Amino acid sequence: MNIHFDARLDGDLPDIDKAEVLADLQRSLPELTLLHREEDLHPFECDGLSAYRVLPMLVALPETLEQVETLMQRCRALGVPVVTRGAGTGLSGGALPLEKGVLLVMSRFNRILEVDPDARLARLQPGVRNLAISEAAAPYGLYYAPDPSSQIACSIGGNVAENAGGVHCLKYGLTVHNVIQVEVITIEGERMTLGSEAPDAPGFDLLALFTGSEGMLGVVTEITVKLLPKPETAKVLMASFDDVEKAGRAVGDIIAAGIIPGGLEMMDNLAIRAAEDFIHAGYPVEAEAILLCELDGVEADVDDDCATVRRVLEVAGATDIKQAHDEAERALFWAGRKNAFPAVGRMSPDYYCMDGTIPRRELPRVLKGIADFSEEYGLRVANVFHAGDGNMHPLILFDANREGELEQAEELGGKILELCVEAGGSITGEHGVGREKINQMCAQFNPGELTTFHAVKAAFDPGRLLNPGKNIPTLARCAEFGAMHVHDNQLPHPELPRF
Amino acid sequence: MAETRSPSTDQDISEALGERIRRADAEGTPLRIVGGDTKAFYGRHVQGRPGEGEILSTREHRGITTYDPVELIVSVRTGTPMAELEARLAEHGQMLPFEPPHFGKTATVGGMIATGLSGPRRPWVGSVRDFVLGTRVVTHEGRQQRFGGEVMKNVAGYDLSRLMVGAQGTLGLLTEVSLKVLPRPGARRSLRLEMPLAEALTKLAEWGRQPLPLSAAAWHAGALHLRLEGGPSSVAATRERLGGEELDASFWDDLREQRLAFFSRDDARPLWRLSLPPNTPPLALPDVEADDLLYDWAGTQRWLRSDLAADTLREACARAGGHATCYTPGAAEPFMPLAPVVAKYHRRLKAELDPRGIFNPGRLYAAI
Repeated sequence: MNIHFDARLDGDLPDIDKAEVLADLQRSLPELTLLHREEDLHPFECDGLSAYRVLPMLVALPETLEQVETLMQRCRALGVPVVTRGAGTGLSGGALPLEKGVLLVMSRFNRILEVDPDARLARLQPGVRNLAISEAAAPYGLYYAPDPSSQIACSIGGNVAENAGGVHCLKYGLTVHNVIQVEVITIEGERMTLGSEAPDAPGFDLLALFTGSEGMLGVVTEITVKLLPKPETAKVLMASFDDVEKAGRAVGDIIAAGIIPGGLEMMDNLAIRAAEDFIHAGYPVEAEAILLCELDGVEADVDDDCATVRRVLEVAGATDIKQAHDEAERALFWAGRKNAFPAVGRMSPDYYCMDGTIPRRELPRVLKGIADFSEEYGLRVANVFHAGDGNMHPLILFDANREGELEQAEELGGKILELCVEAGGSITGEHGVGREKINQMCAQFNPGELTTFHAVKAAFDPGRLLNPGKNIPTLARCAEFGAMHVHDNQLPHPELPRF
Repeated sequence: MAETRSPSTDQDISEALGERIRRADAEGTPLRIVGGDTKAFYGRHVQGRPGEGEILSTREHRGITTYDPVELIVSVRTGTPMAELEARLAEHGQMLPFEPPHFGKTATVGGMIATGLSGPRRPWVGSVRDFVLGTRVVTHEGRQQRFGGEVMKNVAGYDLSRLMVGAQGTLGLLTEVSLKVLPRPGARRSLRLEMPLAEALTKLAEWGRQPLPLSAAAWHAGALHLRLEGGPSSVAATRERLGGEELDASFWDDLREQRLAFFSRDDARPLWRLSLPPNTPPLALPDVEADDLLYDWAGTQRWLRSDLAADTLREACARAGGHATCYTPGAAEPFMPLAPVVAKYHRRLKAELDPRGIFNPGRLYAAI
């Protein structure tokens, strides 16, 4: 797809002059670090979706909330769009810059403001790394549950913007379940507090609305998360299967036995071989699929559950079941899974990671569909799957240096996502829509639903200056890309501007 | 496989509801959305006056549309009685983890979502909104729209489903909701420990940092009441460790449904709910005796019987980082007033999603 903002498909933006904007911002914010020379801008041209690159007009690196407030007020007055960026590890191009926009980089807000072990809360600036939260909480026997694979590098502000997940979502939830309060600055430069340290806050649940809103409604400047007591123990079982479908059914059988594993992951043969070759985790390279099942909690319960799961896996037809016999082996089993993406990256010059979700029962059909697409396009696909919560990460292997192969990979990816929607799922479980999946949104939502999203946006940012061209497609874009649900060949509200 | 069952009472009347809403929108008629009419006391009157608003009943729109126990997801029409949904889940050894109060036999799923009220287990597993995965909504123009869905993880578009929880029907009519459900715990024990409040709060903070199988904790009149839920081994071991005397499990139902003597209607003083951060010490409130308070949710939800002025009480809660809600009908502002900037965005959101002000106007706040 065309990654550049396209006024015809993404809506009009005011015409702005870089020199004027730069002069204005330098005048109103003399202390603000503002990058504007091309060589300084290059490090910011992409986020974790590195196939998409756009040079921003300006990069702002504020250090105080007052700077953010003034920056927002000036940008609004000048009609300059603002794209907010955290650590830049996002996988959907949510922080892809705009040629005619300011990139607001929050990385200098990197302090842990407070860890309160008795209230089990941590108050954080948005640039704090995800893993650093658990590290700071560890001396108190506490941790922060959501653990996206990028947790060493990704920031909590970005986690809130994307509603990030990880491998423990089935039991411990996503970011939305673990963040209890945020401070935001609106496009009008106002500060507001959403959520509460108390169990709830009066009024609408704007905290839930802002979580996962991809920088479209405001800029998150402070986050309070809840901390959980570290489980007394965690044990992991690895089961091998000679058939992917059997592995898929085993997942349902575990849950039917009344057990909610802390983590339940599945990998197919290509992903197993890639990971084993890279990490040497002891994965069975002959297996068609493996399941990693982690059980955590109080020691006695975990032992009981391990025995139950082992029986379930045997009945489900596992060809081999191994239990990590110590903490080192448990870490190794997980290292293979957590490094699956780079491992696959070693097998191919480029790969493209998808993020669809499906009801688990649809797994056999969707895997079959992916295999058919893979054959049709002549591109290999490795499957890594948060099996417990139905979140698939098919990795499409391709070579961007071969003419047309990136486009082929994107097209194949789009088909996989449409298959997920058709199976009753979603185009994104945790990576976000960003710029990447903007067209597939037209398959998941009809024009009326998209219009409602635009109405929500209008309540917070009527000028559409916050991250334009991301997350919610215009009706014009959906009409162009054909995948749109159109009833009786009529768009609702023909009178509305089709931004 | 997904199981669907259609008793004769199950029916989808969303088209008719949409038609009615379209007409109300065209005429500018305010609607009062009613399910089982068990939680009318919670919130303001529509348009601030009793009897205002044309009644829009969801009672006929009922039935469980999909339930696949292995997926841990159920989708249900909002007019369905909560009791029917819970009974169905229980048949499969599952439950609504947030333990919602009913406040009456006729309580419906729609009211459960619209009020967003949760029961004793809330601090340990999460609230109603934490288990909402998707909704079907009728907009002010009478259009049926779907947000979220029947999957555990879904970050496509804004999270309108969770926005609807606790919005008291002011942003649209909920017609269906998809919820995450969980297996019922393998073991459950309740116990009662005689101890003063200060000691109870200290213990709760200490236990909160340990991986204990706690699932409810309430203090009142000199005793801490605890519920343990989890695997049989850990529940038995913890029960042994904590000591105390056995408590009948019905205590938690009575607490949730406000049937304990504390909640008796014989007490004419208003009933307040204080929502406070974890580990908040007892608030210094004038003329409040120890027995006027019941501490639930490990101290983060406190029930208070008091004639104190709303402002006095709310200031004390706000200083501690919380808020107070009046549960006794007739209060001018049952919900704590919002900060001016937050209130402005509430009004704007309302104006965008319900421009003619037909959905329960005034139920949450005068201008919403």
